[in-house]
Amino acid sequence: MAEGHEIQVQDAEKQEIEQSSAERTRSRRAFVPRVDIYETNDAIILIADMPGVTSDSLEITLEQGVLTLDGYVDTPDPEDHALAYAEYRVGDYVRSFTLSNQINQDAIEATLKDGVLHLQLPKEKPTSRKITVSSS
Amino acid sequence: MLNPFDFRSSVREMERLRQEMNRLFDQVDRAPGGSLISGYPAMNIWSDGEGVTVTAELPGVNLDELDIAVQGNSLTLKGNRSHPDLGEEVIVHRQERSYGHFRRVLQLPFEVEAGAVEAAYENGVLRIMLPRAESAKPKKITVKQA
Repeated sequence: MAEGHEIQVQDAEKQEIEQSSAERTRSRRAFVPRVDIYETNDAIILIADMPGVTSDSLEITLEQGVLTLDGYVDTPDPEDHALAYAEYRVGDYVRSFTLSNQINQDAIEATLKDGVLHLQLPKEKPTSRKITVSSS
Repeated sequence: MLNPFDFRSSVREMERLRQEMNRLFDQVDRAPGGSLISGYPAMNIWSDGEGVTVTAELPGVNLDELDIAVQGNSLTLKGNRSHPDLGEEVIVHRQERSYGHFRRVLQLPFEVEAGAVEAAYENGVLRIMLPRAESAKPKKITVKQA
């Protein structure tokens, strides 16, 4: 595995959300999920790492141009085991984005696989109108 | 019924393992920013006194490209996180997720029963159960009355 990019240690770091900065109904620790945001001609694509989140425990809302991801994590600890050494902590994922594009809300597609959310937000097609100038 | 002697010894064993883990990890260079994480992916290590279970958050890993190997007392985890294929004409607004190869070797304080290692991958969380080799299990020695 010599060729190609190597993932760095700091990529394993999770960014925790300060309790006071977010209004949350669950008193669990929460993290900012790492995301990629891409734009194609006709859609905004958002990919988020949310390990431990299932489709039942993920809430996605889009309201007045603000997209919010809320993922609850309830991964059970290994049975009859005690934590001997910890490098990462488990918690929920919360993050909001302000979208600058008009999104066709009815055509949003979301898939979650292996802890990765894939969100396809199709742009609203601008209704083109031809304006004829009448000569007086 | 739980034999109090066995219980005490397994608690002791767990404590010994915890100290051993701390010692092993203290030798590893700390990541930038004073983090305790010593490689990708970050790992949590659980013990039941018999063996250990290693958990790691590894979202979006292709299982065909994930390689888990155990030899003696070392666990090697290799894999790849590949870029999504979105075509040519894509504007990148944000790229925080990590891509590329990773490789991490974890030294355990005991020999692992390699044939009995089990791994599960669920919702992007990897879990590897590493039982201690029979030969590495602590033996109780009874002192004969002279």
